[in-house]
Amino acid sequence: MNTPAKISIRDLTKVFYKKGSSVTALKGVNLDIEDGEFVCLLGPSGCGKTTLLRILAGLETPSTGEFIISREKEERPLQSMVFQERGVIPWLTVRENVAFGLKMRHLPKAYVKERTDYYLEKVGLEQFSTLYPKELSGGMKQRVSIARAFANDPEILLMDEPFAALDEQNKFILQEELLSIWSETKKTVLFITHSIDEALLLSDRIVLMSSQPGTLVTEKRIDMPRPRTMEEVRANADLASSFVEIWTHLQDEVQGSRM
Amino acid sequence: MKERMNNIEHDPLTVEKEEWKRRQLKSRLKQLLTISSPIFILILWEFLSRTGLVDARFFPPPTEIVGTFITMGTSGELFEHIGISLFRIMAGFLLGVIPAIILGLLMGLYSPLRHFFSPLIMALMPIPTLALLPIILILFGIGEVSKIVTIAGSVFFPVIINTVAGVITIDRIYLDVARNYGANSRQFFFKIALPGALPVMIEGIQMGQAIALLTIVAAEMMGANSGIGYLIWTSYNAFLLKEMYVGLVLISFFGYLFSLILRGFQNKLLPWR
Repeated sequence: MNTPAKISIRDLTKVFYKKGSSVTALKGVNLDIEDGEFVCLLGPSGCGKTTLLRILAGLETPSTGEFIISREKEERPLQSMVFQERGVIPWLTVRENVAFGLKMRHLPKAYVKERTDYYLEKVGLEQFSTLYPKELSGGMKQRVSIARAFANDPEILLMDEPFAALDEQNKFILQEELLSIWSETKKTVLFITHSIDEALLLSDRIVLMSSQPGTLVTEKRIDMPRPRTMEEVRANADLASSFVEIWTHLQDEVQGSRM
Repeated sequence: MKERMNNIEHDPLTVEKEEWKRRQLKSRLKQLLTISSPIFILILWEFLSRTGLVDARFFPPPTEIVGTFITMGTSGELFEHIGISLFRIMAGFLLGVIPAIILGLLMGLYSPLRHFFSPLIMALMPIPTLALLPIILILFGIGEVSKIVTIAGSVFFPVIINTVAGVITIDRIYLDVARNYGANSRQFFFKIALPGALPVMIEGIQMGQAIALLTIVAAEMMGANSGIGYLIWTSYNAFLLKEMYVGLVLISFFGYLFSLILRGFQNKLLPWR
């Protein structure tokens, strides 16, 4: 690779230690992600993928190793995370939730309003902007979460299984919406999922993880041209064989960890 | 049942409308029950007292208590007692609640502070502030300050304990969100800890409000020459039981009024619940 990586992870290891027993959540993880790349980290639950994301998000510290997120603009935050459904703050309105990151950075009011309005409109929540999250459906809450991250205009976006709690129909809709917002900004995204379908639809590259200790096993490029739709992904024979390939890998992993 | 089966309604909307009307009626009956119990007790009391089944000297009929209330009210003396008691309650309440909220939020957010202060709070909490009244009187004299401090002391504990609990029980994910989006400690305090702890905190304030009323009466009985507690105590000593009942009813009324006001605040402060 000639272009310097946007995210570069070197020998990252995380051990959780508690009173005599320890769990190695991540072991010697190396990963380079290019600028503008959409990478899905795919693996069974408990394989340490969330730990990796939380380390990149600054919510955990690695035991050893390091990571670098390269900065393009000085005023941008390094990263913003799209949390799971519960991550929408219940005592803030939809608008205040979307503006959250911008407000924390004390940006000028007019700028905050402009960006918030833009992303509220993007995710189709402008007429719900004064509501509190309790009045929203799961899909709408996730739209708030996505708008909040994009509005913050970070160097990279981290997504922690944002659609895991949604029903399948809503999931399809939101996945395509996410792709259309993403294609405008071309942000670098690291997306965590345990759904192979989701990874196939979204990614430029899928990185497979094994569990205990969490290591990166293999990766797979998805060359299908964008924009993609769920129908096309389903109808594509190459992707169907990719699905089977990934599934065999994961199956071995899951079976292996059961022994 | 059989009859209904024969009269089967064919329009589902009509059936549901009937059902809804029945539910409305039921809930209205329940409201009626809620109002009827105090009225029933008052009527029973009036009746027992008038017929001499209970001693009217100790349990004067409610209508006579109302009469006493009116004569006391027109003389103006009653409102002086009410005014001074309300002032003490308000001042003591604020003096107790405000530091309890600030310290409680800080303790909830910063565990070293929590570890340092919680043994002190646990040790002091079981001591009734009223038992400390002699010491409070020595420290602050017999003026207003000593009553206000007594109330502040007893309001402080339920509020601080609930505030700490409120902060600790905030879902961790909101703290992660705030950290991830770069909130500084001031923003953490005002955007996350304070609003997140508010529901549990308000429960503590409700408790504190009830305790403030209990305390004011006792405090005024012991070291005061005005206030509702003083009125109750002197009326009792002079065997003016009707006047004493007026004082008791006033306390009950203000307790009810305060919790209504706080509920109103609660709805205003927690629109997101």
